[in-house]
Order: sequence, then structure tokens, then C-alpha cells
Amino acid sequence: MSDVIDRPILGEQVAAQSRLRIIDCDVHPSIHAHADIEQFMPKGWQEHLRTYGSHLRTPYIGTTPYPRSSPLIARRDAWPPTGGPPGSDLDFMRKQHLDPLDIEYGILQVLDLFIFSQQNLEFGAAIQRAINDWQLAFWSDREPRLKASILAGQDDTEFAIAEIERCAKIGRYVQINVCPRANEPLGRRRYWPIYARAQELGLPLGIHVGGYGGHAPTGSGWPSYYVEEHQSNAHTMAAQLKSLVLEGVPERFPNLKIVFIEGGFGWIPSATWRMDRHFEAFRSEVPHLKRRPSEYVKEHFWFTTQPIDEPDEAKHLRSLIEWVGVDRLLFSSDYPHWDFDDPRYAFKTPLTETERRKIFNGNARALYKL
Amino acid sequence: MARHIVARTSDIPPGGNKVFGVEGRDIVVFHVNGEFFALLNRCPHEGAPLAKAACVARLTSPEPGVYQRSRVGELLRCPWHGWEFDMRNGQSWFDPQRVKVRSYPVAVESGGELQKGPYVAETFPVHVEDSYVIIET
Ligand code: FES
Repeated sequence: MSDVIDRPILGEQVAAQSRLRIIDCDVHPSIHAHADIEQFMPKGWQEHLRTYGSHLRTPYIGTTPYPRSSPLIARRDAWPPTGGPPGSDLDFMRKQHLDPLDIEYGILQVLDLFIFSQQNLEFGAAIQRAINDWQLAFWSDREPRLKASILAGQDDTEFAIAEIERCAKIGRYVQINVCPRANEPLGRRRYWPIYARAQELGLPLGIHVGGYGGHAPTGSGWPSYYVEEHQSNAHTMAAQLKSLVLEGVPERFPNLKIVFIEGGFGWIPSATWRMDRHFEAFRSEVPHLKRRPSEYVKEHFWFTTQPIDEPDEAKHLRSLIEWVGVDRLLFSSDYPHWDFDDPRYAFKTPLTETERRKIFNGNARALYKL
Repeated sequence: MARHIVARTSDIPPGGNKVFGVEGRDIVVFHVNGEFFALLNRCPHEGAPLAKAACVARLTSPEPGVYQRSRVGELLRCPWHGWEFDMRNGQSWFDPQRVKVRSYPVAVESGGELQKGPYVAETFPVHVEDSYVIIET
């Protein structure tokens, strides 16, 4: 029986949320056919893509890192009847995800072609440009619920700024995405021009896990197993949160809003407690910080909820949500990937109606001005 | 107990499955190694359709680096988060210590190296009579 678990599930919550429409901050669209994307690339780069493909710095020789748990890291029920990879068929996405779950808006996060991990920066720039145009033409233009993000690989800062300008003029993107696997920690000054521009434009900076940088995702090298690597997403995010805060990014850009996507949120309390505690002792090393690190975290950062933590006791999830802050959390499903969270069942702890409204809709609505 | 004749045995090819609407519930019937198993078509975790699950083997390891496969095709691997369930009784083999389970009578095969997990997918007795598949609910 599906209700043998001794913790609160669902029944009442589902009823209570009946008319609550959901803003899903992490939906992955995929390219259905290569030609779809090539039409947005100059001939030269199309040929480059066909001749050389990606040049990445992954240690997995001769492979892409997929399948990873299940082919294309996808839910096994998400393969569209029209062929093509999961997430590549808009009608099927509507039918399987947007309609039944009553999604008011879905924020698109493109991972195809390892956009942020291309070592050939000009080629990387060409595919970022193409993907940014494709997001509008194939998704947002055809489905107003789906909102695009400007992908701007930060290791070519100049290009990133140019691409941000180009897309911002179009005016239809809700976020600027950079990658947590950059060449240097994200707080470093070389990236500040991007943050300055994001602040001026009033667009949140989105940082989605993943990418294949040249650095191992753990402090002691490359993990042996996927199950191990999956854990390292949270470490990578924690390292970037600390870098951004301690290098003074929110101090320098007080109106910049930063969203950590797909890193979960269980690690945030201990990371911020520890930063605060050490800040008391090491204040003189970082005199550019005017406030306790946790205050910057509480005011400048948001965190999407998936993959949600599932502690032994529901009350621990509850405490976690309170520690991070109900105002800081944005619901995300990660559709169509295998570790997808279903908004009806993922929170295995009771939430009040006000909390539900904030996490599933209100926080994202305010942040993305939807 | 109601008996529902849902299909001819030949309607469900070996290694395949089929979903039947029975008394307002979707029940999925698997055909594995000549046997039929019926489960509620809904994972007890977040509700994924088990008809899309992978039918896998039981994989155990007496020590790191040594792998043993058994009961090929009889374990369901949920299409979403990959939790595994025993087709015979719906027992999960996922994460034994984590969540308290209300006591629930289940017939369990010998436990082997792994401990049972806290979750149980709902199963139904299936009979084959004169080549018809019959589910009891
Ligand atoms: S829904 Fe089946 S494992 Fe999560």
C-alpha cells in the first residue's frame, strides 16, 4: 500500500493546495534535432560542430558523461512519442508536466552541448548565442508559460557581457545564467563585470549545478562513482556560496540577486553557521565585509528545492526549511531528469498555506517579476 | 476478494507489462520468466508509474569489486528515483534504516545480504487460469 510510511504524506496537503499554481524554477528543454540549433549558427560554426564537436576537460576519456543512472539522466517515462530525447517535445512536456501539475511558469535551464564547459571559447560563445535564440523560438514563443535564461559563460567575460546586452535588448529573458564549474571560484574579480551588468539590468544571476570544468568537483579529486559525484554537486555549490560571500560580491553589488539551482538546500545552514563563526575570529582578514556572512546569504541568495532532502523524521525537514528561510526557497522539479521532484509529494513535511504559497509560487513570482 | 479477468496470457509478452484499470485503480501486470505479477501502478515514493520501471536483476556484492546478479528481471527499478521493489511482494530494498514503517504483513523471500527497505509497493495476487490472467483485489 502506498501509505505505509509513518510520516505525513499528502492527502490534506494536496487538497489544501488545490488552486495553488506552481512556478517551477528548473525545467530542462532539450534539442530535438541538431538542425534546430544549427539554424541559429553561422555556417562556419555549424561545420565546426560537425567536424570537431565539443572539446571538454572531462576525465572520462572517449565518452560523454551520460547516461548517468538512466539514459540521458532522464525519467524513464519522459521519452517523447515523437522520438528525440526527453524534454525535446513541447506538446509532450505540456501533457506530461505543465498541464497536470498546473505549472504557471517554468524557468528553462539548458544543459545541452555542455555550453559552459567548452574549452574553445569562441565555439562556446557561438553555441550559447544559438541556444539563447533557440530558447525563444522553440519554447518561449510557442509556450508563454516557459521563460528563458540568458546563458553567458563567464570564462570569456567580454563575450558574456556582449551576449547579456544582446539578449537584454530583446527583453524576454528572466535570468542570466553562469556556471559553478568556472576556471576560478565565482567570487573572483574577473567575473565582477558580469555581476555589475546583472545588477544594472535587474536580472537575477542563476547558477545551475553541473558542467565539466577542469577542476575535480571534490577537494580530493575525481569521484569513482556517479552516486559520489551526485553528492559533490552540493559541495561545489557550497564552495561557490562561500566564495561569492567572502570575496564581497553582495557587499559590492547590494542589489544583485543570486539563485542557486539544483544544489538542494540541506547544506546551507551549516555552511552559513560556520562562516559566521569564523568571521568572528577572522574578521580582520576580510575587512571588506561589513556584516556577518549569514546576513548576506539571507538577503541576496535564493535556493531551488530539488533534489529535496528526505530526513528520517519529517520535523527535521521542517527545521531545515526554517533555518534556510521560507523566503529563500523556490520550488523546482528538474523535469525531465531522473531525480525529478513532484510538487504534490516531494515535501514530506506539513507546510502552512502561507509557506506553500511562498515556496511554490510567491518567492519566484517576486524574484523573476512574473 | 473480487476476481478480475484482465487479459489472456498471450496479451502480455514475456518481459513486458500491461496496465489495467480495475475498480478505479491502475494495476500493472508484469510477465517475467513465465510468471505474472501485479502491482499498483504507482510508486510509493513520489508516485511514478511503475509500468515504466526497468525490470532488473537483484545485484548484490559480498565485498567491494565482486558483483552477483540473481532473480533476473524480477526487481523493479522505479522510472524516477530508481528505488527498487521486489515484484513478488512489493517490498522495497531501498534504504533500510531511514523511515519507520507501520507494521504491515508481507511475505518475504530469504533476506540475503540486504535488509528490507521501509517502502512497500502495493501488490495483488495473480492467477493464470486457462491462459487468462486474473487479479484479485
Ligand atoms: S517516485 Fe519512485 S523512486 Fe521516487
